[in-house]
Amino acid sequence: MTARIQLVPARPRRGEIVEVRVLIQHNMETGYRRDEEGRGIRRNCINLFICRYDGVEVFRADLSSGIAANPFLEFYTVAGRSGELEMWWIDDESTQGTERAPITVSE
Amino acid sequence: MKPVGRRRFLAQAAAGFALPALSMQTAIAQMDQLDPLVWVFTKGAPVQRGRVRIELPPMADNGNAVPLTVSMDSPMTAVDYVRSIHVFSERNPVRDMARFFFTPRSGRAKVTTRIRLAGSQNVTAIAAMSDGTFWAEGVHIEVSVAACLEES
Repeated sequence: MTARIQLVPARPRRGEIVEVRVLIQHNMETGYRRDEEGRGIRRNCINLFICRYDGVEVFRADLSSGIAANPFLEFYTVAGRSGELEMWWIDDESTQGTERAPITVSE
Repeated sequence: MKPVGRRRFLAQAAAGFALPALSMQTAIAQMDQLDPLVWVFTKGAPVQRGRVRIELPPMADNGNAVPLTVSMDSPMTAVDYVRSIHVFSERNPVRDMARFFFTPRSGRAKVTTRIRLAGSQNVTAIAAMSDGTFWAEGVHIEVSVAACLEES
């Protein structure tokens, strides 16, 4: 599972609120669909997403099959020190994904 | 189709007679505070109307990916911040759609995502504040083609 991360602005000033956009590649299988042979396709959704800033949690989301395929999340964090944003998520089959993005803060 | 409960039937009938200008109010009127989903979240605390904002288009051709934004004005300091915003669907098979948790380091209590909707319905957001109060707001959306439930 891969994800794309975008920060707006890309080089924030210290104390500025940064918009974080994350797009994760995932089917978010609802569990209500059937395959060509008519067998039910098991539900498999990302159920937990956490964003950490230098190891400190800044945003968390409990998700469900009510979130569209290839989940998109846009949230915010305050620019502190230059460091790293880590996105982590897990789906119903316990597959974990993680993606990191550096955050460069100007004084 | 699951059977329509008496309470929900009455609520929908009332909504049908209401003027379009009142649609916001009917949307929130249908958020029953004794609803088990709401109860689990609020532990029975009263839910006040307002402050939290929920943005959905009034209409969607396709229920598979509808843009949703929930937000709340807050200073987001250690003593006064939005703990979480929960999003409930009225008609989806999974009504507990998403819960977003913030910290003072979030800076702003606002989230945008894309949701699936199984038909026209009300969507409600309930926010929990650090002072223990709960705030709710609902919107109605018309969906022409519901997110697929049976066929792919």
